[in-house]
Order: sequence, then C-alpha cells, then structure tokens
Amino acid sequence: MKISKYLSIVLAVLALGVTGVSSAGTLDDVKERGHLQCGINTGLTGFAFTDDAGNWQGFDVALCQAVAAAVFGDASAVKYTNLTGKTRFEALKAGEVDMLSRNTTWTYSRDVDLKLTFLGVNYYDGQGFIVPASLGVSSATELEGASVCIQTGTTTELNLADFFRSNNMNYEPVPIETNEEARNSYLAGRCDVYTTDRSGLAATRASLDDPENHVVLPEIISKEPLGPLVRHGDDEWGDIVRWALNVLIIAEEKGITKDNVRAMAAETQKDAELNRMFGTEGEYGAMLGLSADWVVNVLAAVGNYGEIFEQYLGVNTDIGLARGVNALWTDGGLIYAPPYR
Amino acid sequence: MIIQIMVIVIVLTLLGFFIRNTLNNLELLGREAGYGFLFTPSNYDINQHLIEYNSRSTHLRATIVGLINTGLVAICGIVLATIIGFVAGVLRLSSNFLINRIVYAFVEFSRNVPVLLWILLWHGVMVHSLPHPKQAVTIADVSFLTNRGFYVPKPLLEPMFWWVAVALVIGIAGAAMFARYSQKRQEATGQRYPVIWINSAVIIVLPLLAYWMAGSPATLEMPVFKGFNFQGGLVLTPEFLALTLALAVYTGAFIAEIVRAGILAVSHGQTEAAYALGLKSNWTMRLVILPQALRVIVPPMISQYLNLTKNSSLAIAVGYMDVVATIGGISLNQTGRALECMSIVLSIYLCISLLISAFMNWYNKKISLVER
Ligand SMILES: N[C@@H](CCC(=O)N[C@@H](CS)C(=O)NCC(=O)O)C(=O)O
Repeated sequence: MKISKYLSIVLAVLALGVTGVSSAGTLDDVKERGHLQCGINTGLTGFAFTDDAGNWQGFDVALCQAVAAAVFGDASAVKYTNLTGKTRFEALKAGEVDMLSRNTTWTYSRDVDLKLTFLGVNYYDGQGFIVPASLGVSSATELEGASVCIQTGTTTELNLADFFRSNNMNYEPVPIETNEEARNSYLAGRCDVYTTDRSGLAATRASLDDPENHVVLPEIISKEPLGPLVRHGDDEWGDIVRWALNVLIIAEEKGITKDNVRAMAAETQKDAELNRMFGTEGEYGAMLGLSADWVVNVLAAVGNYGEIFEQYLGVNTDIGLARGVNALWTDGGLIYAPPYR
Repeated sequence: MIIQIMVIVIVLTLLGFFIRNTLNNLELLGREAGYGFLFTPSNYDINQHLIEYNSRSTHLRATIVGLINTGLVAICGIVLATIIGFVAGVLRLSSNFLINRIVYAFVEFSRNVPVLLWILLWHGVMVHSLPHPKQAVTIADVSFLTNRGFYVPKPLLEPMFWWVAVALVIGIAGAAMFARYSQKRQEATGQRYPVIWINSAVIIVLPLLAYWMAGSPATLEMPVFKGFNFQGGLVLTPEFLALTLALAVYTGAFIAEIVRAGILAVSHGQTEAAYALGLKSNWTMRLVILPQALRVIVPPMISQYLNLTKNSSLAIAVGYMDVVATIGGISLNQTGRALECMSIVLSIYLCISLLISAFMNWYNKKISLVER
C-alpha cells in the first residue's frame, strides 16, 4: 500500500512532465466531470472515516460534501482520494484532486514555496503527545530517550525535532506513514509516544480499545491551523471552497441549521445578509458561477459549522472534543467569517 | 548497432521532451528547478546515522546519511546472501534426500514470495513478538533482544588501535607473498606447504599481538536500560534487521540456484579426468570444478547483488531511513522539490548500478576461457 502511494508521487512527477498544468478553469472541469475530486486522509476517527454503509463521513469530509453541494446541489457528487501526509500535495498539484480537506496545517512554506492556496481554517489545533498511562509520564519534558512514532511528511515531524532539540533531549524518531500504522506501532510498543495534532491524538485515543489507559500530555508544542486548500493560481475555484467554509460559519452565527434552512429560505428575512445567502436578494451565486440557492443546498446537506463539529468531534462523540478555541468569535473563540456582502 | 543507435535517439528525444515540458510546467507554477535547498537545514531527525547528523544539518548531509544507510543494508545483505546462497546451493546437490528436499523447499518458498512481503513479515514478527525493552531477552549478559532492536556492546577504539589495523594489513600482505612463494616452490619442486593454515595464523596472530603490545586499546560500551530504552552500545533496529534479513534470504535463494546450476554446468567428465590423474576429491573441487563453475556463477550472481541493492529501496515500507526515505522521502516532502529530489535518487541508483556492472564486465573478461 505504501509502495503504491510512493509510486503515485513518482507518477505525479511524471504527470507534471507529460501533461499541462490545468489552468484556471477548475470549476468548469468539475462541472463537466459531474463530480468533485476531494483529497482526504487515509482514515482518522471523526475527521474522515467510513460509515457502516461504506461511505466516507467526518469533519473534513463534510467540507468536500459542502463544496459538492455548492456546485451540484448534491453532496454525494464526490470522489474521495485517500492521501497520506506524503502524497497529498503532489496529488493536488498533479490535478488528481481538485481540493484537499485533510487536516493540513497552513504554513509559510506550503503557502509560498509549495504554491498552495489555503482558504481558511476549519480547526485551530496544536501538536501534542500521547503515552500509555502505565509509563507514569506527566509532562513531555520527561521524555528524554524515548522512542517517538511520527508521521513523515507532516509539520509535526519538524516540530518534534525542534521541541527535543530546544529542550536538549534525545529521542528515537520512528517514521511512519499513516495514522493507522502509527497507532499499530504505538500499541505494539515500537514507540513509547505518538505525537501529532491534538485533534488527531483525541481521535486516535478514541479508536483504542482502552482509551482510559492512555493519556494526552498537557504540552502543546506548536500551532496547527488546519484548513482546506487548492492549487496556487486557482483563484475562482479557491473562492468557492473558501466561501463554502465561510457560509458554514456564518450560518452557525445566524442560527441557520440543516433543519430550518429550507423553511427560512422560503420566507423573506429581516436580516438582509440571510436573503443574500439564500439567493433571494442580489446575484451572489452567479458571481461564483454557482446557482442562486447554493448556500441553501450546502446548509441543507451538511448543516452549519457547529452542527458538523458536534456531529463528528463534539463532546457527545467518542472523540469528545470541546469547542475550545474553535468556538465562534461571539463565544470567545477564533472561528470567524467575513461578511456575506 | 543500428537498432542501438535508434533506441538511444528515441530515448534522448523522449527525455528532452519530458525535461522541456516539465520545466515549462514548473514555470507555469511559478517554480524553477534548483538544488539550492540542499544546503539549507533539513529540520528533521534521522534515527540511524553513522555520521554526525542532527536536525540542523543540511539536506545534503541527510542524503549522505541515507546513502550510507543504503550501503550498509546492501553490503550486509550481499555478504549474508552469498553465504546463504553458497551453503544452500551446495546442499541442494547433496545426495541426502532429506537435506536435499528441505533446502529445495526453502529455496522455492523464499524466492517465490515477493520480497516486500518478506520485509513486512520480518518486521511485523520482530515488532509484535519480541518483548518490550523492559523485558528484554538477555543474551550472554551483554546483548539484549527487544522489539526496538538488538542491542550489542559497541567497541570504542582508542588512537593506539591504529597499530592493530596496521598489523592486519601487514599480515594480509605477508600472507599473499607467502602464498605466491609457496606456489612457485610447488611448481618447481612439487612440494607444498600447508599454506592455508600458516596464512590464517599470520592474519589472526599478528593483529592480536599488536593489540596486546599496544595495551588493549579498545573498550566495550555496554548497552544499559535507562528510562525508556537501552542507552549506549550499538543498536540494530528492527527496520534494519527486517530489511537486511529479508533481502539476504530472498536473494540467497536465487544465488543458491545459480550456484547449483554453476556446479552442474561443469561436465562430470572433468571430475572423472581429475580422479584419473590421481587428484584427491577436495582438490578436484578446488582446482578443477570451482574455477570452471565460478565462470558460470559470477555474472548472474553480480546481477543478484545489483537486484539486492536496488530492492533495498523497499526500506520505505518499514521506515528504514535509506536514501529513498531521506532525500527521496522526507526532504522531498518538506521542501516540495520533487523533481530535484527524485533526480538525485535516480542518479545515485544509476551510479551504483553502473559501477557494479562495470565491475562485472571487467571480471567476466578476466575469467573468460582463454582458448589455446
Ligand atoms: N497537520 C499536520 C499533520 C497532519 C496529519 O497527517 N495528521 C494525521 C494525524 S492527526 C492524519 O491525518 N493521519 C491520517 C492519515 O494517516 O491519513 C500537517 O498538516 O502536516
């Protein structure tokens, strides 16, 4: 499996050699194709997982569905491609996927040097560590000499090196490709510690048979703003993904939900921003090359940001993440969207 | 000749097309190809580095660390595979039915399963069935077998150790001279010294003597369990062991068949003729059969060495940090310099392959039959 992924990098490189880089018309390509190609991770409880019917679900997947609903009015018009930390960017650049929604950290070099365009943040995260409770470790500064499982090709691999170096500690990095393998190696005791984004740790912990025997250490060693991205220069298409995310956030702010959106859209609202979003005022949909009621389609399909969060990650799920900094700005969090005007 | 030229022209044209198109596309993406990143800090750590390395070292150094790791697996793998191959190949010709069948089963089983599966299997077995460092299996009080690797004492050499190395070189040179002298003497007088014994003694005793006279200039650093892991000593990680053993057994099985075929290729008449001349049977093997068999064995064997070296790039499957995993993996990914990194990896493998085949051609020429 890993080999095939590796191959896909090589193919992607070759593809760069043979094909032309697709031009600005991603929306046209997507419409013509009849479905969206969305890059998600290989499996992470809550973020991207298959339900009993074998369909992909999750916090990151919901964003793909939102974009599909925006373009086609059909949230299921998506073909998912599972990408590892290593294969994701080449796959995007080679045009294998139209967008990435795969807990990817927005960094300077990815933005500027890798030429990717990040469209916002759907989860403010930071890197942490998980250890078996039996180790009796209560702080990451006690990890001198430990073996640490780490996903290659991620920002977390670099933060890890910095953290141990700046604390003058030694460690053995155990490089691993996917979250699933990391989980297996961690459980087999190949490493003492697994480190990744804390949301990923919570998800991984939730997938263990005995979550109570594993603790996430208190240290947060980095900033990991996670969000969707497209290719540089793909601006029109990027706008669609950006605003698909933004309307989810605005909807939460305005109390529009999956269940009430159709009813609300049927009536003229006092709040003109709602009318603009529902397409009953102005020509906002057309500006993006979408239908007038695209926002209604998005919200009816996936619900607002808060609903998605609660459904896949919230305190009532196995993962049980509190909103924390991912609360709306009106509740003292960082989640904030520009106005729909 | 015409065909070769045509092929070369076609390949070059295609290559040119690829390169031009790629550069064009990179330009469209606003990127230019360049190797400057090689001299910037890599920012990642590598668990096995035989030379000084940390996350402040450059990508170039990471490449060299990876290359050395590749070399380590290749050399250990080749030595082991050759031993396994020769033993299995000779045993395969044994007249003992049981031995013969067991070796046959081993050979067929080993070489008919894709080597990637062997690597994953070995790694899985080591990581999942060996104990945690806390419950390490202790071997002879100084070595420890765990699912994090095999920890052995590490020799720490003091400066005086030089003398031992010098003694070894002198010993080998002396042995070579003695072998030549005794060969001459045998040709002249028909009498033989027990060359093998004398030479072995010289090669072993001389360095030992030097070691003793220099005042034992080496100590052993013992691995000790501290905190989470064994610290100190030398560690062979499960990734290294799985890769090396899997490649050695797999390639060894092919070499066994090559050795068997090589020996069978020498016609039985040669043996009979040697016996008729009164040669003892081990002399027959050494002076008549093996020299002829080697001529058949060596070329395919070297291509097996080549295969092993190239297959070592499967290291990535278990996270062994070879040259593909460093410059072709993490560096590539963190810098996004896919073309540059892949071109480096490709050239490295190309160089290794060309070197090995150049050696093969040289050797082939040297041992080919001289018709008189
Ligand atoms: N945010 C980091 C790490 C992202 C990452 O790879 N996260 C892991 C664990 S949270 C993951 O999604 N794994 C799923 C997979 O293996 O595909 C980055 O962008 O480099």
